[in-house]
Amino acid sequence: MSDFAKVGRPATRETGSRGSAPNTAPEATIPPNPPDSGPPPAAPKVVTRPGDRIFRTLTVGSGALIVVMIALIGVFLLIQAIPSLSGNQASFLFSRDWNADPAALAFGVLDLLLVTVFSSVFALLIAMPVSLGIALFLTQYAPKRLARPFGYIVDLLAAVPSIIYGLWGLYELAPALKPVSTWLNDTLGFIPIFATGSSNLAIGQTIFTAGIVLAVMLLPIITAITREVFDRTPSTQIEGALALGATKWEVVRTTVLPFGRAGYISASMLGLGRALGETIAVMIILASTSQHFGFSLFDGGDTIASKIARAASEFNDPRGAGAYIAAGLVLFVLTFIVNAFARYIISGHKEYE
Amino acid sequence: MSTATDLDRPAAPPAFQEIGAGRKLRNRFATGLVWGAFLIALAPLVWLLITVLARGLEHVLNADWWSRSFAGLTSRQFGGGVYHAIIGTLFQGLICAVIAVPIAILVAVYLVEYGKGSRLANAVTFTVDILSGVPSIVAALFIYALWVTTLGFPRSAFAVSLALVLLMIPVVVRTTEELLKIVPDELREAAYALGIPKWKTIVKIVIPTALSGIITGISLAIARVMGETAPVLVLVGYTSYINFDPFNGSMASLPLLMTSERLTTNAIGEARVWGAAVTLILIITVFNLLGSLISRLTSLKTK
Repeated sequence: MSDFAKVGRPATRETGSRGSAPNTAPEATIPPNPPDSGPPPAAPKVVTRPGDRIFRTLTVGSGALIVVMIALIGVFLLIQAIPSLSGNQASFLFSRDWNADPAALAFGVLDLLLVTVFSSVFALLIAMPVSLGIALFLTQYAPKRLARPFGYIVDLLAAVPSIIYGLWGLYELAPALKPVSTWLNDTLGFIPIFATGSSNLAIGQTIFTAGIVLAVMLLPIITAITREVFDRTPSTQIEGALALGATKWEVVRTTVLPFGRAGYISASMLGLGRALGETIAVMIILASTSQHFGFSLFDGGDTIASKIARAASEFNDPRGAGAYIAAGLVLFVLTFIVNAFARYIISGHKEYE
Repeated sequence: MSTATDLDRPAAPPAFQEIGAGRKLRNRFATGLVWGAFLIALAPLVWLLITVLARGLEHVLNADWWSRSFAGLTSRQFGGGVYHAIIGTLFQGLICAVIAVPIAILVAVYLVEYGKGSRLANAVTFTVDILSGVPSIVAALFIYALWVTTLGFPRSAFAVSLALVLLMIPVVVRTTEELLKIVPDELREAAYALGIPKWKTIVKIVIPTALSGIITGISLAIARVMGETAPVLVLVGYTSYINFDPFNGSMASLPLLMTSERLTTNAIGEARVWGAAVTLILIITVFNLLGSLISRLTSLKTK
């Protein structure tokens, strides 16, 4: 009887989550007491061992911790930004000048935001078609035996640290791009995005160079997810198309692409989020300028992230640092929205699971 | 005559017809584009690796580079090495892993074993997605706002590790979650049938089954965070001396060394930057290989 009393602790909280059979812990159901020993318990009781309870608490706690953490990021950035924002003499969202001198704060994020979005979208426009091609190549076109090693090579692009991309972009790619950018500027200069900008084309510290480097960095990210989705195209669809006499390209166009479209777009959004937040490569490549951003690929300037990184070693005065933290908050919100959107796109697609 | 030609003609048109020239052409064109896309991806990778090796390899091929620091050397003196930065990079990466890995594995266990379908689990999955998209500079600013401004600690290597934790958790959670999902339910059921508690089943059966993959994931994640530059820029100062104390003082790391020495615009600065780049790539490669090696050694023997 004393044994029963020990194991028969009520565990009503446990019963809620016991939905699926495979993940149900062993339950020792206690047989109803013999009728003569008092009123029988209403429901079968469950053993909860201390180890189980501790472990469960740990895992739930860790889960809750990271949910809290993401909220804390926003809250702390906001708290630190408010004093500087209230002392700001310019409009934070609409001013295009950045002066984080603690004595005379007058900073606006608009110009940084424009450069950030412009360079990221440019990078995305280059990276999207190429990534699509690579994903198709790795899943449909590459010889079966080589698909894995080829995939590994593409993944290597993601393993290269961004600072090395930055150095390569500035010292190797920028000089190599000089004829291209000069030609674009000469022949298409009447279009605003190819107009002469604030940065010297001969050195190439332009958004054009930075965008191409960003695009290279996005390739493995977009490709990785797109590849996974393309791989899940039902083989019945592919075989059906083949049986109808479709060529390889027609198979891809009628089965793989429609099936994987949402995944591809979602992957591209994730890539966009990565480009928006890329710091060090952009900081190394782009030349700072005091001129306003003129919507040309051949402008210099700073993205939000590179502006923060450039000033990082001078974060001594909290009010000055607060200005950069406010900019960081904008970047956080921006990437949050883009990532949430990427997730939203594939949320309805059970076939990707 | 006419009967003969009639006999030669097939009774029905052939079931398989030649593919039209237009369709063939389009197919060839698409194939060419797809191969081209792959080659476009290869070009920068090869170019980049050649650049780094050509500019930096000569500087790392001596023992001093691996065993000494730049302490006492001015920006006009050749010699010295990046021992101080290697120490810093390894310290920061490993401290980060020590904090991040247990949390990440617990989160993954929660998602797969406990939380399925619950509201918290959905929130956690969403958070992991968002966290994996948080730019490293934002993570660095957050730790700066929390650790330095609010709690009043000095900038230190430990603060860098904290920022790296934010970047590492989502990576490890993702891989661990995927691996735990493919552990067969039969194993769990067999354990339950023997009356083994759920937590013991997870710790002794489920995680060991997935362990080799988890270790690979962890070492890939360490390799990734060791190349991060934004957190070290914001959260710790550069020094050319060796520092073993992660809580106090400046500590060099390879990315930080590269951004600092880049400002030395002479041959010595260039040698240091590109030498450090080669070193960083080598360390990352070692961690990647180490991951697959350990996973091969620890993977469960299958007959």
